[in-house]
Amino acid sequence: MPRTHITTVINGDETEFLTEDSTSLLNALRDEVGLTGAKEGCGTGDCGACSILVDDRVNCACLMFAPEADGTVIVTVEGLADSGELHPLQQCFLEGAALQCGICTPGFLMAAKALLDKNPDPTETEIRYALAGNLCRCTGYDKIIRAVQEAAREMRGQ
Amino acid sequence: MKYVAPSSVEEATSLLSSSPSAQVFAGATDVVPQLRSGRTAPEVLVDLKKIKELVEVNSDGDKWTVGAATPTAYLTEDESFSHEFPGLSEAAGLIGSDQIQNRSSLGGNLCNASPAADSVPAMVVNGVRAVVAGPNGTRVLDVSEVVTGPGQTTLDDDEFIVEFEIDKMPNRSGDAYLRMTPRTEMDIAVVGAGARVTLADDGSIEQAVLALGAVAPTVVRIPDAEQALLGSTADEETLNAVAAAASAACNPIDDKRGTVEYRKQVAGVLAKRAVVIAIERAEQRNGSN
Repeated sequence: MPRTHITTVINGDETEFLTEDSTSLLNALRDEVGLTGAKEGCGTGDCGACSILVDDRVNCACLMFAPEADGTVIVTVEGLADSGELHPLQQCFLEGAALQCGICTPGFLMAAKALLDKNPDPTETEIRYALAGNLCRCTGYDKIIRAVQEAAREMRGQ
Repeated sequence: MKYVAPSSVEEATSLLSSSPSAQVFAGATDVVPQLRSGRTAPEVLVDLKKIKELVEVNSDGDKWTVGAATPTAYLTEDESFSHEFPGLSEAAGLIGSDQIQNRSSLGGNLCNASPAADSVPAMVVNGVRAVVAGPNGTRVLDVSEVVTGPGQTTLDDDEFIVEFEIDKMPNRSGDAYLRMTPRTEMDIAVVGAGARVTLADDGSIEQAVLALGAVAPTVVRIPDAEQALLGSTADEETLNAVAAAASAACNPIDDKRGTVEYRKQVAGVLAKRAVVIAIERAEQRNGSN
């Protein structure tokens, strides 16, 4: 099978990889680029475990074909921390015990980042709507919502 | 499976004409699940999002044009569009999560031909037209003429929708779309109801269009309800007639999300409420906004 050459910027670094056309962007990130933070839960866009930012918008990487990534700017959960220092969202998830098994966490973090990037002071309702595309089957949602509220407060400097 | 991303409508139509087993896609939010379940197995995937006019929202003096592959998030984020067509904007905003709305499109929602597609009743009541490109040029269809049954459309294999044309909302007119789902987000309509009304100077209803989704193989208009509304002020008796006509227009299935009886009942309630919201909005559009 011929492979297609893809050029992207991933987590700030220009990145090139080869992929088969039918491969999902999620599998290309995990298997070709070696970024295994984004997870496959459902593979059909329902659970959000594969959420990443593509050109500043949150997307399910499982619903994208890898060749679609050519020329885009991607941020995965691996790009959240800055020089070894956790992002406030990551720190608040950790301190607030907003995770148990952790499979859904990278997706929640990226969806929450997309929300806070455009709305630094969301209401609880806005957070719940923004995270409606992410499923958690063990922690429950309240701790996740509280962690996002806390991170938002910190990021606003309050 | 080969991926191609043509950069013009002409390139795309010639690709489709020469590749018998090609599948066009925009956001692929329905196409990927269908591929994974084995329901479809195309040899060529044609990504329409690199064609400029398919990913644009524009307004000129008389009408809006919305590219068929434009992410629905662009529409809901467009304040001017959402102010003019709140019902259509809300319908687009009900499709899936933020992740989905950054990919899902009106063209995909229509051509996937699910009876429960949220944007379709809202497009039908607004008289939206689809500009369809094919090997012999373009043709224009009413949105109501595109879907013939679940998964079935009147488009040929080598055709696709380029854009939708939406005439500007006249004065004293308003639209609304409501849907019933067990879960607020990320769910599929049990019933969807769209309404659009235009009011005469005396406040009575001059024009009314009502359409239901998820209660029949395709979106259905409710001519008896539209007729009942004409010339009225939507008093309680008229609204009850609207509800009865909506229930009678249903030909639903029984499934895990709702029984036939439940869907008919809910269709009546939603149709009535959608009319009331559309009237409120029409009263606010009095020429100054």
